[in-house]
Amino acid sequence: MNNRALFHLENVQYKHILDIPALDIPSAQITCILGPSGSGKTTFLRLLNKIISPDSGSIYYQAQELKKIKSIELRRKVCLLSQEPRIFEGNIKANLLQGIRFQEKSLPSEESLRDILDQVKLKKSLEEDSKLLSGGEKQRLALARILLLNPEVFLLDEPSSSLDDATEELIIQRITQEAENHQKTVVMVTHSKAIARKFADLIIHFSESQSPLVEGSESE
Amino acid sequence: MKVSKILDLTAFQVGLAYVFVLMVFVIIRIRGISREKEILFSSVRMTLQLILTGFILVYIFQKPNPWVTLGIILLMEAFAIHTVIHKFQRVLSFKFKRVIVLSLALGTLSCLLYFLLVVVRIHPWYDPQYFIPIAGMLIGNSMTGISLGVKSLLEGMTIQRALVEEALILGATPQAATKSIINTTFDAAILPTINSMMGMGIIFLPGMMTGQILSGVSPLTAISYQIAIMFGILGSVALSVILTLQWGYKTFFNKEDQLLS
Repeated sequence: MNNRALFHLENVQYKHILDIPALDIPSAQITCILGPSGSGKTTFLRLLNKIISPDSGSIYYQAQELKKIKSIELRRKVCLLSQEPRIFEGNIKANLLQGIRFQEKSLPSEESLRDILDQVKLKKSLEEDSKLLSGGEKQRLALARILLLNPEVFLLDEPSSSLDDATEELIIQRITQEAENHQKTVVMVTHSKAIARKFADLIIHFSESQSPLVEGSESE
Repeated sequence: MKVSKILDLTAFQVGLAYVFVLMVFVIIRIRGISREKEILFSSVRMTLQLILTGFILVYIFQKPNPWVTLGIILLMEAFAIHTVIHKFQRVLSFKFKRVIVLSLALGTLSCLLYFLLVVVRIHPWYDPQYFIPIAGMLIGNSMTGISLGVKSLLEGMTIQRALVEEALILGATPQAATKSIINTTFDAAILPTINSMMGMGIIFLPGMMTGQILSGVSPLTAISYQIAIMFGILGSVALSVILTLQWGYKTFFNKEDQLLS
């Protein structure tokens, strides 16, 4: 196991979707995952968030096996933004606060909520009904919800798939900047090689037939 | 106040009531609805069941025995549990069935004992004349409440599965992730009891009260019983349902706080 590895995977298998002999995810870096549909990228993030568990093999987080870490404790440190995040009943404010409530943290001020919306370029009132938002706006709301939780690790599954190219780049830039400033780890699945090349410290290629291939990191 | 005693019905008079069944037969025949068999079967079955129950109750009331009373209560519980589980046989896990057994038994028996021993204060404690009909009302209503609750919980956990998972992903406990489903379900399960309380005495006279009045009991005594029993039913339904939901939601998750498929 690499000393700098935040996650370490060993002989991890999940149904017929994933088979990873060994893989490290470095700490405080941006790791991008590329690969075709069906190559197990989403499953990989779900395993790291422990919303599912591997059929065999071990996953370590900070050198501790995931089996030995309480799932809820882990999920509060390692937050996952799904590709199609679900929006809860109520207005934008209620949705932003929902994650905070789930994690039993103290509620932030309205100003912080507005700042977060600004970071994800969502120019909406906090009182607006979330149901009325478009797909892209819902994705940004879910992203803001995750940012507000301030976890140690961001697992982002195509966080900008419903956005236009300009907004996509702007938002990814905000996230990676935020991560760098606060020494956070980002593991991001993306369809865009350009985004991966521009922002990633490390790129992992997933494919249906082979084990994941790690592309050289610029910082190494 | 003069209250007259109940008029006895002869077998012939009961037979005259079958005119209503004949009336239904005529209606469905004219309308071309093929339900004759079911109506005939249910009418005959009800008649035979009630005749049998009548004879059994006469025997039990004449010779009160604590073991017989307890045996009948256990039979009623078993029948109610079987009815609920049978209704959802294919969709319930073994763990959830166990939850239903425990919740129905605990919810109804605790309320039944409180009602009979603390509210009504029957003597002897196993007096079947009180024990059996009141147990029937509490167990029957709780069974309906649990059936509604299980149905609503299963629907909620299916329709809102993605939302529950989203909540888990965000670090919610299974309890927090299912809170709104549990609250909606509890509400749906106790609503019929609440509605029935709202209309009682104005829209309809409840069965127990009607029975008491017909048998010559003063309406004032009858309403005292009815008020008390309605609270007993409300408590029993609410307790059985909340126990089912509180223990039941956990059966949808594994030890790793992941949703079971």
